[in-house]
Amino acid sequence: MSLYFEDIRIGESNAIGAHTFTREGIIAFAVLYDPQPFHLSEEGGRASIYGSLIASGWHTASVCMRLIIDSRARTRATHAALGEPLPRLGVSPGFRDMRWPAPVRAGDTVAYSSRIESMRETKRPQWGMVTGRHTGLNQHGAEVFAFTSIVLWERRPG
Amino acid sequence: MDLLYFEDFPPGEIIQFGDMEVSAARIIAFAEQFDPQPFHLDEAAARETMAGGLIASGWHTAAMLMRMSCDHFLNRSASQGSPGIAEVNWLKPVRPGDRLSVRRTTTSARPSKSKPELGIVDFSFEVLNQLGEVTMNQKNIMLIKRRPAGEGATA
Repeated sequence: MSLYFEDIRIGESNAIGAHTFTREGIIAFAVLYDPQPFHLSEEGGRASIYGSLIASGWHTASVCMRLIIDSRARTRATHAALGEPLPRLGVSPGFRDMRWPAPVRAGDTVAYSSRIESMRETKRPQWGMVTGRHTGLNQHGAEVFAFTSIVLWERRPG
Repeated sequence: MDLLYFEDFPPGEIIQFGDMEVSAARIIAFAEQFDPQPFHLDEAAARETMAGGLIASGWHTAAMLMRMSCDHFLNRSASQGSPGIAEVNWLKPVRPGDRLSVRRTTTSARPSKSKPELGIVDFSFEVLNQLGEVTMNQKNIMLIKRRPAGEGATA
C-alpha cells in the first residue's frame, strides 16, 4: 500500500480487510443513527421487503472507513519501523456514487478492497488528490457496497 | 399517523427540520469506533493537524443526517429505501457545540416505469450549522410507495 502521493499508481488494488456484522452491532448502530424498523429487529426485518434484519448502509460504509484507517495504520507502522518519514494524513472533500446493491444481514462477513482510479495535482503544492473505488463483497462473493472516495494525499517533500 | 407517500413529496418543495447538538463526546465515540484519526479523536492532537481542532468524522455527519431524516419524515413514510447516494460533499467542519439541522429540497419526483406501485424521488439534503452554513450536502434517490387508490391525502 502507498505512502506518499508519488508512490500511488493508477489501477493498483489493495485488500483493506473484512468485518463480520453481528446482530448486536447492526442494532447498536441503527439505534443511534438509522432507526428504521428493518435495522432495529428481526421482526422489523421480516415485515419489510428485505425479509430479515439488515445493516444500515451507513453502518456498512462506516465499517469500510474503519478498515481503511486500520490498513493505513499498518502500512505506516511498517515504514516507521524502517525509520522512514511518514506523510501527514489528508482530509476528504466528499465522495461519489455510493451503492448498496444487496443487503448485509446478521452473520455476513464483508471483505472490502480498493482500486486507485485517478490522481491529480491540486492548488496546494504539498497535496495531491486521489480517487479510488472501494467495494465490499459478502461471503458468497456478492457485491454489497461500493463508493468512490476522494482524498487529499501528501506529496513527497522536495 | 397517516403515512407519507410519493405524492407527498412534490418537486420544488424545500423544508427544514432537525436540531441536533454535537458534543465532543459523541464526536470521539463515533471516531473511536469508525474513524480513528487524530483530528476526530482528541482536541490537543487535532490542533496539530490541517483541521486545527477537533472535528466530526464526515461519516458521523452523514449518519447524523440519516438520523434527523428518520426522526423527521422517513419513519412515517412509505419509503422502500435508497439504492445509493450520488454524491456527498463535506464543505465545512462540524465541531463540538455545533447545532445541526437539515434543509431538504425535492429536485424531482416521477413514477417508476417498471414498478407502478413505486415512485422515484430525488432529494438534495444540506446539513446546516447554527450559523446557517452548509457543512455537508448529499444528493440521493429514494424509492417511495405511491398512495394506494382510495386513501385520501394527508395534507
